[in-house]
Amino acid sequence: MSAVPVNRSSQSTAPGAIGDLAAAEEAAVTVDIGTSTRRRRMWIWGARIATLVIIIGGWQLLTSAKIVDPFFWGQPSGIVKQLNAWVQHGTTYGSIWLQIWVTFKEAVLGFVFGVAAGVIAGVLLGMFHFLADVASPYIKIANAIPRIVLGSLFTVALGLGTPSKVALASVLVFFVVFFNAFQGVREVDRNLLANARVLGASKLAIIRHVVVPSALVWIIASLHVAFGLAIIGAIVGEYLGATKGLGLVIANSQNNFNPNGVFAAMVIIAILALTAEGLIGLLERRLLSWRPPSQSEAAAAL
Amino acid sequence: MEIYPAKEMMTVASTFAKRSRAARGARERTGAAQAAPIELRGVTKRFATPSGSMFTAVRDFDMTVGAGKFCAVVGPSGCGKSTSLTMVAGLERPSAGTVSVGGKPVDGITAGTSFMFQADALMPWKTVVGNVALGPVFRGVPKKEAESQAREWLRRVHLAGFEDHHPHQLSGGMRKRVSLAAALINEPSILLMDEPFGALDVQTKAMMSNELLGLWEQTTPSVIFVTHDLEEAIALADQVVVMTVGPGTVKAVYDIDLPRPRGAVQEIRFEPRFLELHHQIWESLREEVERAYARTASAASKPGGQS
Repeated sequence: MSAVPVNRSSQSTAPGAIGDLAAAEEAAVTVDIGTSTRRRRMWIWGARIATLVIIIGGWQLLTSAKIVDPFFWGQPSGIVKQLNAWVQHGTTYGSIWLQIWVTFKEAVLGFVFGVAAGVIAGVLLGMFHFLADVASPYIKIANAIPRIVLGSLFTVALGLGTPSKVALASVLVFFVVFFNAFQGVREVDRNLLANARVLGASKLAIIRHVVVPSALVWIIASLHVAFGLAIIGAIVGEYLGATKGLGLVIANSQNNFNPNGVFAAMVIIAILALTAEGLIGLLERRLLSWRPPSQSEAAAAL
Repeated sequence: MEIYPAKEMMTVASTFAKRSRAARGARERTGAAQAAPIELRGVTKRFATPSGSMFTAVRDFDMTVGAGKFCAVVGPSGCGKSTSLTMVAGLERPSAGTVSVGGKPVDGITAGTSFMFQADALMPWKTVVGNVALGPVFRGVPKKEAESQAREWLRRVHLAGFEDHHPHQLSGGMRKRVSLAAALINEPSILLMDEPFGALDVQTKAMMSNELLGLWEQTTPSVIFVTHDLEEAIALADQVVVMTVGPGTVKAVYDIDLPRPRGAVQEIRFEPRFLELHHQIWESLREEVERAYARTASAASKPGGQS
């Protein structure tokens, strides 16, 4: 009956009772594991950098040698030049930072509304089987529709400004989060529910103390995909009709036969998405800090 | 020792009057909830199976547990032991018959009940102290006060120092002690236990049984303790109910007249009286276990046969 060691550093220090010899042996093994892990990590990074050099370098070489036409397929050097030009002189619609800010704002707002609506709907339908049975055919239908088409509708109805993009992003985010929240609520441990009921918990207390924390693992897993969809919603919304934003910059580049502009905007969007992904990862670690390290994480920690 | 056939079973209060008077005294001192008698009369429970047919888990079940008594229920697996517990807790309604606690028929969740499950019913995202504090928190006790109560209970189950751990950082036996503290913190008038130590190794199980007896002797709620381990049942209980193969009903009730306090459960099982009781009850239980075994064996040899 002993607790699993919580502190990882305690694994590398041998208990005193084992004796000096064992301690020395363990220390040697620890050092061995340390060097082999470091070597492995170096190889991984080496291979990653080589992959990047081959792809970008190959692209640059093929387009310089005119084997692939840079007019259609762009060129890494051209993309860098385009990015530089945007930073120095701005785009047709104003400073590049403004375009980034507009798109980011739309994506974040859409993400927040979509997640909130998805979680609320998922928890409600997960808790109340009657609601779920009533709503299920409509949800299936709504999920089968290519929702990106709603962008056209929103542009007409809500105008060229922010609301139409936020609406499109929210709709895309909603379904992913909803399905996960719903499933998460349905997967709540029956024992935990029965126990809370016997202890005298009200319905609201059960939702707060049992259902939501339990579904949180599922909900957070969906957030990674959801933010990507929020950015897609914002970009497509802008593409369909806007006065500002990265989607509009892409549409403009397309109309001017400027593939470097399209790629440059893609680079910016990728940076945005990766930043958001990092933030969601932080949130995940914070909210799910109670979780035992998974098998793969425990192995990686060695 | 008396054997009560199911039909004539009555509250055997007199045997326990002395002990429950002492218990009442203890309760008045601590201000704990009054232990409530539990009564099941002609209870039948049917479930609709997914294939649409009816499955009878418990049939015509009669049982009485006097206030502050420790009753163990043994029987072959699948005889509806757990089902009867969920009906006492108010988690399920009987299809026929009545369940009453403290003289009042059970309607909704029975107030003053704690339930200990075979699987841990601990919230993995809450710390040990947070889990134990849930009972008072659900009853509207302010969080600070609930947590100080929880710390006090953790000390009683010898888990001081583990308050801020999460359940997955504890061993199985320690998690059971957390569950025990969480079940007892509300000072329940009835405590329902569904094979609570079933998943533990033999030594840990014995330790937990001692711990349970010690705590129960302090607070004396009425207990129904479901188990498949006859030794555990005799060592702990005042009364052992043997159930028939499913649909379960009461086969016989045995009074366990081993003196209290019982002391270590590892030692009591070598006493002559214990062995005598064990022999008698096992005679009765064995038939049912064999019947249950024959049934599953024949169901397994018939392809597609419903058990």
